[in-house]
Amino acid sequence: MSNEQQRSTFTLDGRRIAFTPGQTIMDAALAAGVYIPHLCHKPGFAPHGSCRVCVVRADDREVSACTAPAATDMRVESEVADIRALRVAVLQMLFAEGNHVCPACEASGNCTLQAVAYHCGMLTPRFPQRFPRRAVDASHPDFILDHNRCILCELCVRASRDHDGKRVFAVSGRGIASKLIVDAPSGRLGDTDFSADDAAAHVCPVGAILRRDEAFRVPIGRRRFDVAPVSRVGDVQTDPDVPAGAAEVLP
Amino acid sequence: MNARIAPAAGNKVRVATASLAGCFGCHMSLLDIDERILDLVELVEFDRTPLTDIKTLGPCDLGLIEGGVANAENVEVLRAFRRQCKVLVALGACAVTGGIPAMRNNVPLAECLDEAFVHGMGVANPGIPNDPELPLLLAQVHPLHAVVQVDYCLPGCPPSADAIWSLLTAVLAGEPLHLPPAQLHYD
Repeated sequence: MSNEQQRSTFTLDGRRIAFTPGQTIMDAALAAGVYIPHLCHKPGFAPHGSCRVCVVRADDREVSACTAPAATDMRVESEVADIRALRVAVLQMLFAEGNHVCPACEASGNCTLQAVAYHCGMLTPRFPQRFPRRAVDASHPDFILDHNRCILCELCVRASRDHDGKRVFAVSGRGIASKLIVDAPSGRLGDTDFSADDAAAHVCPVGAILRRDEAFRVPIGRRRFDVAPVSRVGDVQTDPDVPAGAAEVLP
Repeated sequence: MNARIAPAAGNKVRVATASLAGCFGCHMSLLDIDERILDLVELVEFDRTPLTDIKTLGPCDLGLIEGGVANAENVEVLRAFRRQCKVLVALGACAVTGGIPAMRNNVPLAECLDEAFVHGMGVANPGIPNDPELPLLLAQVHPLHAVVQVDYCLPGCPPSADAIWSLLTAVLAGEPLHLPPAQLHYD
């Protein structure tokens, strides 16, 4: 017990969370079983800090929990009204920026963007919707790449580069012109060595990288986030080297 | 946001509904509140709505609008609702986000019309309809809040009867809408 008390801790919404030096706020919270909403973060992947959904207030500064190192006696607030409102605003911008048509999306119910927005209580995208014109790349025999739903979290970029050793994906351009590109002279996914065995094939938090022929195998209403909230099952599949699908089967 | 309805004492809350670029699924879901509709009619009376087939819109406490804004008539109806209703609700995915009809926003309008009426598969008597009574299509389909101020948004395709009941309860109490997790869905 005294050893436990010796460990470094910080508080998250009043709860003491233990951490080891080098851990981020997110690492320590997830390890302690406390959920902080996140999209571009995934345990096992290098932190990215791009989606800003995991915003928390740490000692009176707003930071992304997935990149901010935990520090002894730091006071972190997450589920408080103004931070929740910030998070909803970030989600609303993500929804308004792309074409996220949940009723017509086969990822609906398995989509982390949607599930996090449920968790945060988002009722409307609120901002003027951009309705961008983006392409769908159906050149690959096993996957469809739908840019309409891409939120540029770069999980596929990191998975392909760091786990598959392939660098199939990258983000090109800056600001609002940023877009996901693939490593082929034709720019088509079908002309890369991307395969269903890749970690990158199973990390997309939205419906941008879609496995063919699986669309409605699990019906709407019985999918991952239909049966349990993201705060319980959001990172079931924590090891990127474990084949996907395991997280889909829930009691 | 969340203006109070507060009809005069003893008066019922006057409600109007309309479906713009929608499929009437949200209206069907409203009817799915089953026997609670008996409680509801104690509290509300209907103005213009496809449920009563009343076609003219008078001053109302509450307007429920299903569907996005796809043509000139949708704009006119929506603006009339905003003028006449103290509280306006975007009911369902299409009203809140544009929804399925807004998927045509990715395609130039001329191409949409060409596909539907001229060169599409199985088209007989090709020709784009141009009867003066037909409302002109907008270049894009918009959510309600792109055209008028909206007081409440209820997502869902359609929102469940329980979610609609939560909405009506919040609106009648003049409180913000907080949906229990089981009722918050975008699909």
